[in-house]
Amino acid sequence: MNFFVILEGVIAFFLIAGGIFAFIGSLGMAHLRDFYMRLHGPTKATTLGIGCILISSMLYFSTIQSEPVVQEMLITLFLFITAPVSAHLLAKTGLHLKLKHVPKTRGKPVELHREEVGEKPVPHPEQ
Amino acid sequence: MITPRRWLPLPLLSILLLVVWLLMARSIAPGQILLGGGLALLIPLATYRFWDAQPHVARPGLLLRFVARVLGDILIANIQVAWLIINPRQRMRPAFVVYPLMLEERFTITLLASTISLTPGTVSANLRMDGKSLLIHTLDMEDEDALIETIRERYERPLKEIYEC
Repeated sequence: MNFFVILEGVIAFFLIAGGIFAFIGSLGMAHLRDFYMRLHGPTKATTLGIGCILISSMLYFSTIQSEPVVQEMLITLFLFITAPVSAHLLAKTGLHLKLKHVPKTRGKPVELHREEVGEKPVPHPEQ
Repeated sequence: MITPRRWLPLPLLSILLLVVWLLMARSIAPGQILLGGGLALLIPLATYRFWDAQPHVARPGLLLRFVARVLGDILIANIQVAWLIINPRQRMRPAFVVYPLMLEERFTITLLASTISLTPGTVSANLRMDGKSLLIHTLDMEDEDALIETIRERYERPLKEIYEC
């Protein structure tokens, strides 16, 4: 067994693991019961899925081109910045539209202020 | 730490932009450095009015430890959530939790909210207009106080030490 066979195995492992996690994340979208629970699929499982695939891509191209390839790190960085923001916006939209949540959910979503639903102008932060 | 100047309002952003540009171009040829450096100067000049004042990083060492811990937590969170989704016998206990914030700067609150969204079974859903509390939705919660305590000790306190001490 030489080095490249082992490396190929590692790359294959990360690809398969990434595929499985991305699949489970998407399965969550179909399988979970309400809007807020469905949000968890794409923010969590998919992040790791894409992370695994990017790691294997980094390993593969670094070996093929025999120099370190790091652009994938940038994709990870952008993903970590954008995923929470889009999840937050989606959740907020859900609150605005007063989407139903499963009855066994404990706690209550807060009542939104009139500024937050756009019935009153938002005051300037520096006044 | 470089001090901000008139022509360099956000030094850290400029450095980040230059580094990202060079990584994307995958070269450190003088031409790329010139082009990236030009953009790194112009973009902050054009956009700095939209930015909040960035709090000073008081302890960079702690910041690195915080990032490492969050990455570890993301790994565990992913496996937990994946297991919750595929395990048919698991009864999920979703909940809304109002989390009282200790942080005051908007920048650090953003960091905390993003961290919460990326880690164990929680998504931050709404920040109150007064900036005093954050609504969190969790996929599977045992005890409300325990959850608040975990977030407080694991994420919020380190962030407060890093940025606001």
